[in-house]
Amino acid sequence: MIRRAKDIDEHTPWQEMTLGGEIYEPATARYVNTGAWRTDTPVLDWTKCRHCLLCVPFCPDSSLPVEQGKLAGIDYQHCKGCGICAQVCPFGAITVKEGGEV
Amino acid sequence: MNYNERLSGNEAIAFAMKQIDPDVMAAFPITPSTEIPQYFAQYVADGEVNTEFVPVESEHSSMSACIGAEAAGARAVTATSSAGLALMYEMMYVAASSRLPITLACVNRALTGPININNDHSDSMGIRDAGWIQIYAENNQEAYDNFLQAMPIGEHPSVRLPVMICQDGFITSHALENIVLLDTDSVKAFVGEYQPENYLLKAENPLAIGPYDLGCHYMEHKVQQAEAMKAAKARILEVAAQFEAVTGRKYGLFEAYRMEDAEVALVLIGSSAGTAKVTVDQLRQQGVKAGLIKIRVFRPFPAEELAQALKNVKAVAIMDKAESFSANGGPLFSEVRGALYDLEPRPRTVGYVYGLGGRDITPDHFHGVFDRLRAIADGGELGPVYTHLGQRG
Repeated sequence: MIRRAKDIDEHTPWQEMTLGGEIYEPATARYVNTGAWRTDTPVLDWTKCRHCLLCVPFCPDSSLPVEQGKLAGIDYQHCKGCGICAQVCPFGAITVKEGGEV
Repeated sequence: MNYNERLSGNEAIAFAMKQIDPDVMAAFPITPSTEIPQYFAQYVADGEVNTEFVPVESEHSSMSACIGAEAAGARAVTATSSAGLALMYEMMYVAASSRLPITLACVNRALTGPININNDHSDSMGIRDAGWIQIYAENNQEAYDNFLQAMPIGEHPSVRLPVMICQDGFITSHALENIVLLDTDSVKAFVGEYQPENYLLKAENPLAIGPYDLGCHYMEHKVQQAEAMKAAKARILEVAAQFEAVTGRKYGLFEAYRMEDAEVALVLIGSSAGTAKVTVDQLRQQGVKAGLIKIRVFRPFPAEELAQALKNVKAVAIMDKAESFSANGGPLFSEVRGALYDLEPRPRTVGYVYGLGGRDITPDHFHGVFDRLRAIADGGELGPVYTHLGQRG
């Protein structure tokens, strides 16, 4: 039975879930708000960002989207607030504030 | 078409694999199952099969390679024993929970320590809760026949579970016996092709397997596995009926030997049943209503069927060829005794742990057990229910 992950949630009975948790479509992380685990929050200062993109490969959760060669912001739906981006930014464009709230 | 041959149990399994011609075999040698990949590697080298043979560096890797192959859409097999099975432990759960119907030929051997290469069931009993179907053989013929039935059982959409085909190390794996084989065309027709609905190499349908489950999904997937294991019982019987139609050889969840009017009975697994049947025959000649049940399918466990088969028996000895160190008896004892609990009247049950590390069991041992059962059946004391048999002292 092919049932899409986007149609399965914490209310789905076992009879309607895919066997073994098989997932039949890509990019299902879009459906999961793992950013809710965040205890600290990175804040981007656009006036300091030079779009060098050094932060992007360091992010362990692919939470720094790039569009047309430029940093497009922070994906707070998936960012866990580890702060590595703030550590590696050469321009001090990212600071980490306490708490998970954006 | 059936034809006669003389094969060891390991040869019989390797030959069944050759006839099936699976897509992938990944294996690492370990006594007493070594001969299975050894014979099979020869078939590969001689071009007699189309199988991709993967010589891995450990059993953790052989099971991992089987998981990858099966997930990709291939039919994968492996063979192992004892410590090799123990090293697969982690991946056995992955195979079962990912619902990958891999077939594993288990040649039962004691677990270390002390280090020992001979037969008992502690390896497969130790992994009984991993979610694999377990089917045991008394002799080479049954090992061969069970292996041919493994894939039609495990790969069926109602089941989708991996299957272990177990036989007793050395006792059957290395003993030459007369055996009736099925011609290869008939084997291929019976086993069929592996046709999973979804697999990694199916280009038109991207697929991810083995994802992370949060607490809100894990239990539902475990219930699915549990339901599949329940459904496997019917499928095992269906495949057995189809197998009988092709070969004339009949199989069930267990074999009930001279049980029609039995008052005292044994329940046991594997090659020891041959010795026990001799004992039952001797007792029957003396007019004793003795019988035995030889478990073929341990997972799924045939609880209702065993209760039905044992309901008129007065005293039962349940014999484990594995220690579980529960201080309360072996796994077979616990489960059979549990299966009989709701019967009224309830048969009295005693458990024995025997045959560890290849310790022989003889008709004399079984006569001793039956003597005790007859005393219990006549109203005697039950006595200790967890004892060992065949040790010195």
